[in-house]
Amino acid sequence: MITYRLIASLVLLLAGQSVQAAPDTAVAHFVPPPDSAIPEGPFGDMIKLGQKIFNHTPKYAPKYVGNSLSCANCHLDAGRLADSAPLWAAYPAYPAYRSKNKKVNSYQERLQGCFMYSMNGKAPPLNSDVLLALESYSYFLAKGAPVGDEKMAGRGFPKLAAPAESPDLTRGQKVYEASCALCHGSDGQGRTVNGQVVFPPLWGKNSYNWGAGMHSVSTAASFIHANMPFGMPKTLTEQQAWDVAAYINSRPRPQDPRFTGSVEETRAKFHPNTKYDYYGQTIDGKQLGNPANTPPAGTVPK
Amino acid sequence: MTSPKTARTPRARMIGVLLGLGAGLSAALNVQAADLTGAQIAAHGIGSVPACATCHGTQGQGNPLANFPRLAGMGAAYLSEQLTDYADGTRSNPIMSPFAKQLTPAQMKAVAAYYASLPAPKVSALPAASSDQDKLAQNLLTQGDWSRGIPACFACHGPMGVGVKPSFPALVGQSATYTEEQLKAWQQDHRAPGAGGLMAAVAKRLTPAEITAVAGYLAKISVQ
Repeated sequence: MITYRLIASLVLLLAGQSVQAAPDTAVAHFVPPPDSAIPEGPFGDMIKLGQKIFNHTPKYAPKYVGNSLSCANCHLDAGRLADSAPLWAAYPAYPAYRSKNKKVNSYQERLQGCFMYSMNGKAPPLNSDVLLALESYSYFLAKGAPVGDEKMAGRGFPKLAAPAESPDLTRGQKVYEASCALCHGSDGQGRTVNGQVVFPPLWGKNSYNWGAGMHSVSTAASFIHANMPFGMPKTLTEQQAWDVAAYINSRPRPQDPRFTGSVEETRAKFHPNTKYDYYGQTIDGKQLGNPANTPPAGTVPK
Repeated sequence: MTSPKTARTPRARMIGVLLGLGAGLSAALNVQAADLTGAQIAAHGIGSVPACATCHGTQGQGNPLANFPRLAGMGAAYLSEQLTDYADGTRSNPIMSPFAKQLTPAQMKAVAAYYASLPAPKVSALPAASSDQDKLAQNLLTQGDWSRGIPACFACHGPMGVGVKPSFPALVGQSATYTEEQLKAWQQDHRAPGAGGLMAAVAKRLTPAEITAVAGYLAKISVQ
C-alpha cells in the first residue's frame, strides 16, 4: 500500500514521462480503497448515500444543515486526502473522550458535532440514515486501517508551529486578497453556479459557526497551509497562513450554539484562548458574537 | 446587463460609435454604453480589427470545427485577461495577438463585458463513459487524482464544467484540439499561468494521455 505511490512514480519515470509531480509531503500514508471497491447491495447503497451526503451535504441532509457548506469543503477529496482530516484516520480513533462535550463520544456522536457546529445545523438523531450512511462511508474508507491508532500519519490537519510574529489582520487581508479572493470572493461569500456551491463561503451566515473547530485560528492556519490555495498546497508561508486564518476568523459568523446569553460569559467558558480566538473581541467597531450583528446558531431552513 | 438583442436606436448606435472612436473610454461610462461598445466591436470590429463574430460566432458560441473557442458566458475578468495576455505576448496566437495589440484596455474590458453578458453554456448531463479513455476523463473531471495533486476540474470550473464567473472559464463547448492545445501550452510555459498560477501548476501534473482523454471527453459534452 505504502509502496504503491513509489511504484506509480517509477512507472512514470520508466515510461519517460516528464510529468511534474505535485508538491509531495514525502510521508507515506494509508491509502483508502477506491470507489470501485464499494460492494453491491444494501450496505454498498448505504456507503454511496454517505458519500453523497459528504460531498453535497445541504442537498442530501437538508433537515440538519443550516449553512451552505459540505463536509468535503474541508475534508478534501471526498474525505480521502491526507492532512485534510481524512475519514480513514478519524474512524479508527473512535470511541474517544472529548473535552468539548466532556464525555466519551461514539463516532456518530462525533458526527453530530459536525452538524451542530461546522454545518451550523441540527444534530441528526443517532442511527438515523444520515449518520448511518456517513458512518458506513467512513468505515469503507478506513478498511484495513489500524483500529485504535490515534496518530495515523495524515490525520487531521498538520499542526503548524507557533507563528514567528503574532497573526496580523492587516497582513492577513492582503494575503486574502492576493490568494483567496479569486475563488472565495472579496466578501468571503464564495461562489455559487446554478444553485451549486462551487467555492464555499468562509464567513457570514452561510459559513461555519463560532463553535466549529475551524473558527480557531490555529486550526484554520494548519488547514490553509496544508491545503490552500486549492491545488497549490504549502505555497503560502506559515506566517501567511497564520495571518490569513486570523483575518478570516475575525469576520462575523453564526453564533456559538453553546451561547449562554452573554458574550463575555460564553467567551470565558468556551473561547478562553484570546490569542487565537476572536470570539467576543471587537473588530472594526463591532463585537464578534454580539447577537446584534451575529446570525443565529442552528439555522436549519424550513 | 443589457441583452444583446435590445433594439438600438440609430442615435444610440451613433453614440456608441462615437464613444468607441473617442480616446480612452473612461470609467465615467455607464455600463450600458460600455456594453454597447463591446457589442459593436463584437459585431463590426474596430479599426483594422475584424468583427469578433467572424470567428467566434454571432452568439459568441465559437466554432469548434475550426478550433475557434467559445466566448459566450465566460467571466469578464477571464476574457479581458486573455486579451491583455495576447497583447503583451504572455499568451500567443498568430490570429489573436495582432488584434489584441490594437485594442485599448477600455475596449478589451468592454468586449469582455459584452461576451460575459451572453448566456453561459448549459449542460443537462454528462455523456456515458463508453471507453477507458472516457472513464479516465470522467474521473479527472469529477474527482481529480489527489495522489498527484490534481483537483477535480469541475471543482473550480463549476458543475459539469460550465464555468464560474469572473475568473474560471467554461470547459464545455470547446473543441478537443483547442483544450488540448491550451493544456500543452501551460505545460510548456507558452501561456500565462492564469489566475493565481493555478492552471499552469495543474496542467504540469497531467500526462499526455490524460490531456487527450479530458479534451476529447469535454468536446463530447453537448451544450445548449
